[in-house]
Amino acid sequence: MRKKLLPLLTVAALTIGSLAGCGSTSTGAANTQSGSAEGSVEITNVSYDPTRELYEEYNKIFQTHWKEKSGQDVNIVQSHGGSGKQALEVANGLQADVVTLALEGDVDAVKDAGLIDDGYVDEFPLDSSPYTSSIVFLVRKGNPKNILDWNDLIRDDVGVITPNPKTSGGARWNYLAAWYYFEKQGQSEDEIKASMKKLYENVLVLDSGARGATASFVENGQGDVLLAWENEAFLSLDEHPGEYEIVVPSVSILCQPTVAVVDKVVDQRGTREVSEEYLNYLYSDDAQKLEAEWYYRPSNEEIAKQYEYQGEGNTITELPEDHKWIISDIDLTNIDHFGGWTEATEKHFKDGGIFDSIYEEK
Amino acid sequence: MQIRNNKGPVKWLLIGLCTVFLLVTLVLPLVYVIFTALRDGIRAYLASVTDQYAVKAILLTVKVVLITVILNSIFGIFAAWLITRFQFRGKKIISTLIDLPLTISPIIAGLIFVLTFGRQSAIYPLLEKWNIQIIFAVPGVVLATIFVTFPFISREIIPVLTAEGTDEEEAAALMGANGFQIFTQITFPHIKWAFLYGVVLCSARAMGEFGAVSVLSGHLRGITNTMPLYIELLYQAFDFTGAFAMSSILVIMALVILVLRNILEYRGRKEKDA
Repeated sequence: MRKKLLPLLTVAALTIGSLAGCGSTSTGAANTQSGSAEGSVEITNVSYDPTRELYEEYNKIFQTHWKEKSGQDVNIVQSHGGSGKQALEVANGLQADVVTLALEGDVDAVKDAGLIDDGYVDEFPLDSSPYTSSIVFLVRKGNPKNILDWNDLIRDDVGVITPNPKTSGGARWNYLAAWYYFEKQGQSEDEIKASMKKLYENVLVLDSGARGATASFVENGQGDVLLAWENEAFLSLDEHPGEYEIVVPSVSILCQPTVAVVDKVVDQRGTREVSEEYLNYLYSDDAQKLEAEWYYRPSNEEIAKQYEYQGEGNTITELPEDHKWIISDIDLTNIDHFGGWTEATEKHFKDGGIFDSIYEEK
Repeated sequence: MQIRNNKGPVKWLLIGLCTVFLLVTLVLPLVYVIFTALRDGIRAYLASVTDQYAVKAILLTVKVVLITVILNSIFGIFAAWLITRFQFRGKKIISTLIDLPLTISPIIAGLIFVLTFGRQSAIYPLLEKWNIQIIFAVPGVVLATIFVTFPFISREIIPVLTAEGTDEEEAAALMGANGFQIFTQITFPHIKWAFLYGVVLCSARAMGEFGAVSVLSGHLRGITNTMPLYIELLYQAFDFTGAFAMSSILVIMALVILVLRNILEYRGRKEKDA
């Protein structure tokens, strides 16, 4: 009889044990997060999809830097995903000390949730974008479909891969760059909409983030052309030498990923100082070089110059050996052309906006 | 009753179909997982699975499974007892609610908790005041897993309890046993095997849960990334060896559970026959 009681008692004991364990780990986490304590501090960086490699490396140099500066060990927790989705999760309660998202519009969403104070854009130099990027085409080796510019994307025989502008920051830049091209062709707004509609009819897979889109194109072999962040395209070239080529279109857009300290969270956790330094240090020479090495355009113009592409033409078939890759010979528009993110989001991306109308009527 | 066509062509046709189907949908992909995991050699494999984030993901998964199984066991036994031993209004409703997670898509389960415990919910200020973090933290991952697995244990127990009837328990009660004695000495021995079988199913499901957990985890590397989430992360970072090495561990865990299941089934049947 005693034997039969045993399983029950075990279950009860385990429950109590695990609940107690649960409680203690959560208080333990709270302690390390409360920052100001000597010894070590932990911050969370919620970022967008393709920055995972960059921040993995950056975190290392920042750890050294912070140790020298303050004597503290810092542990950085990373989270990556589609920029819009990440912003929404932070707004819903994901405890991020800093956000490093794909565009200002997404940081605005966190601000609108009451977590970031107004005027964050001026908190760090150059509109709080320590590095920038651009949108290019990644095509299969030899460019079999002969895709050279945006107008090739609306041909019937071309399959396009781009993520969903509703959830992905990169996808919004893709969309706006295409829009700018058709605008430069002298098309009226209705004609532009028709062209954009055609382009999105050619889209085979609409992933939720840039990295998912790259996986669809590179790993799963979908489509003829991937509209990609420059950094994502070069990384694919790096990972799969000889399989892909980068085509730089005649016009594109200067993408300004935006960083911000999440005021409400850092004040609660007492991590403001380390969080601000984390973002500030992105502008240091060491970090700027690291960004260039991972194919982001450094905001420091002198360092950017050191990485200027030396080759000819607008097709890059292999990584330049000297690591000089920045093509400056390209007509880049920027978000101001679209009246800033508030206006662009309102017009193009919110529910019932232009993107919905061109994509849903398919 | 004689089984029809025990020797005819139908039997061989069915065997062939089943084999082909299982080969294509199950065996080949599994072989591929193992093959890719070992593609870069055993050293790369070991390096991938002993990476600090990999270890954290494995430990987190084990922890989540343990908590889930324990809480669901308690809930499952009580729920099954309630439903089979008591008559009350609304019993049908409770019984249906228990089955809900089987039919609800996991992503909806995740979103329900985001709405309940997220910043826009009415109780968030309270949670914030007490410094309790539920979603985008380990408790959220546990909650999501409990939600998607809670029918498994009670659903295994209920049919057994129904089939046993209440005669023995009533007899015990007449002889003066109290509720606790009845449960530990009459009821639990009957449902033991069904219960353990439920535990196995529950663990298997809890280990692999992706959808709901993905919504609630916030994808914090090393903190809320369970094995399935970590596998996705590695895959998207072009680390195939790592992704498939982790997958192979998950597959091995699943196989262990499958073997456990068969042993339980066998012993349970033997005990019943005896």
